[in-house]
Amino acid sequence: MFDPLQYEFFVRGLIVATLVGALCGLIGVYIVLRRMAYIGHGLSHAVFGGAVVSYVIDLNFFIGASVWGFLSAMLINLTTRKRSIGADAAIGIITTASFALGIALISRTKTATRSFDAALFGNILGVEQSDMYAIAAVTLATFATVIIGYKYLLFTTFEPDVAGFYGVPTGWIDALFALILAATIVVSIQVLGVTMIASAIVIPPVVARLLTNDFGKMMGLSVLIGAFCGLGGIYLSYFVNAASGATVVLFSAALFVVALAYNTARDRIAVMRGKARLHAGSVIAADDSHIGD
Amino acid sequence: MLHPSPHQYEHHEPVVELRSVTCGYGGVAVVEHADLKIARGDFVGLLGPSGSGKTTLLKSILGAADVYEGEVLVNGRSIKDKRPTIGYVPQLETIDWEFPVTVEQVVMMGLIRKNHFFPWFRQEERDHAYSIMERLGIAEFGKRHIRQLSGGQQQRAFLARALVSDPSLLLLDEPTSGVDIKTRDEVMHLLDELNHQDITILLTTHEINAVAAHLPWVVCMNGRIVAEGPPSDVFTPEVLKETYNAEIHITEYQGMKLVAESPHYFGRNDRQNHEHETVAGD
Repeated sequence: MFDPLQYEFFVRGLIVATLVGALCGLIGVYIVLRRMAYIGHGLSHAVFGGAVVSYVIDLNFFIGASVWGFLSAMLINLTTRKRSIGADAAIGIITTASFALGIALISRTKTATRSFDAALFGNILGVEQSDMYAIAAVTLATFATVIIGYKYLLFTTFEPDVAGFYGVPTGWIDALFALILAATIVVSIQVLGVTMIASAIVIPPVVARLLTNDFGKMMGLSVLIGAFCGLGGIYLSYFVNAASGATVVLFSAALFVVALAYNTARDRIAVMRGKARLHAGSVIAADDSHIGD
Repeated sequence: MLHPSPHQYEHHEPVVELRSVTCGYGGVAVVEHADLKIARGDFVGLLGPSGSGKTTLLKSILGAADVYEGEVLVNGRSIKDKRPTIGYVPQLETIDWEFPVTVEQVVMMGLIRKNHFFPWFRQEERDHAYSIMERLGIAEFGKRHIRQLSGGQQQRAFLARALVSDPSLLLLDEPTSGVDIKTRDEVMHLLDELNHQDITILLTTHEINAVAAHLPWVVCMNGRIVAEGPPSDVFTPEVLKETYNAEIHITEYQGMKLVAESPHYFGRNDRQNHEHETVAGD
């Protein structure tokens, strides 16, 4: 049971996956509630383009990819404000173009192919100490930002148009959110890979939403579920001998199925109880109707 | 009528003043050359067909529509200089009712303008929010999800959010849209109470008979301001034709001018048609 813990690289992988899970779970709440679930998937592809460009122009990966991701997120926000273009279409166009740019550059730089495989599919067990520090720093900064900006983020997510009338600087909030989202995706790529990030961002908040109607509780639950999925998925990957990123996603998906089943059962029981109460009421009413006889 | 019309701004400066305002979005003017004054204590209804610019006019006062010409003043100051404290209630149909927020959380959002520096709300702010909710009769629902309220209670929750920052001006975008008759009356009487507590109210509405006819002052719009005044003066076939581009008949009931619906027989209802013919034949 505790065999994998004797390997230092595995313990590091566990810590990193837990942090990334919690981080994606936190950010994911806003993504899911803004009905922009596709942005996690899209932006990770856009960041991939940024990563390749950074490599080609010999720029630090974290800086290059973060700036690229931030600009892509802002561009999506700006495009979405044009009412004739929906968020889904804006994400599709901008992120795919960025991803395509990355692929085009790779095809011209054949030697880079192997390391970019890791970016596409994740390589959690190859995470280095410096990656761990970067993930920890982004996690801390994101949690601090979300706690400080809690009420602004809540209003902007709930009613983006109305929040501005009440004095919320929505433009700045959107920019700040784009920045932390880009940073989250950049540090998560190493762990989960471009192709798997979307699930880490979407599944924990969706599971949390199935369990609560309260925004604060949803955030707390989503963070815990994300961390649990990261930890559980990586741990499981050792025993099933499968790719770490894929195992995390499958573990999360299984948890979603359980939560959905619980939510459905809870709703059905509530309906049955309601019917039973109505039935009991009509029986009492029928009994009462004899009183005057 | 809900409230006698004050609409007197001779002795006070208007709460809202639009000076030949042309406004819209993205370079397209929706309302042109609008001149309007709203006095303290007024209860005004903006009336007009869809796309007539009612909401755009409301948003120009909030500073959310582009003003291409003219000037919008609130309490004597241009909204460009200082964003005024205005209570705003959006159309309930635009709310995402699945969003996981409680009534208390919605009401507290209205305090953001008053508390920019702390990431959390203080106890006295929470107490104030609950006192407003108490006043509107929804304090007991504070911890409930917004979907778990009735239509009237939902409207009260958003009204509470608008009132929690103690504004003297309240703007409401179609507050009775999509609600049943009982809720509509409940909402209108609540607004009347607030108006008697010295809150100036400006609302948009589609409902001529059920809402506008009961207000002390109405403004008819169709891309511009067609007419304004008490409904008894404004509701004429000529003004309503200019407003709605349609022939509209006026009738009077207990001294109140109302729009008369012409009888139509839609569909293939033989019984109705038969009755109609019988009556005509008599």
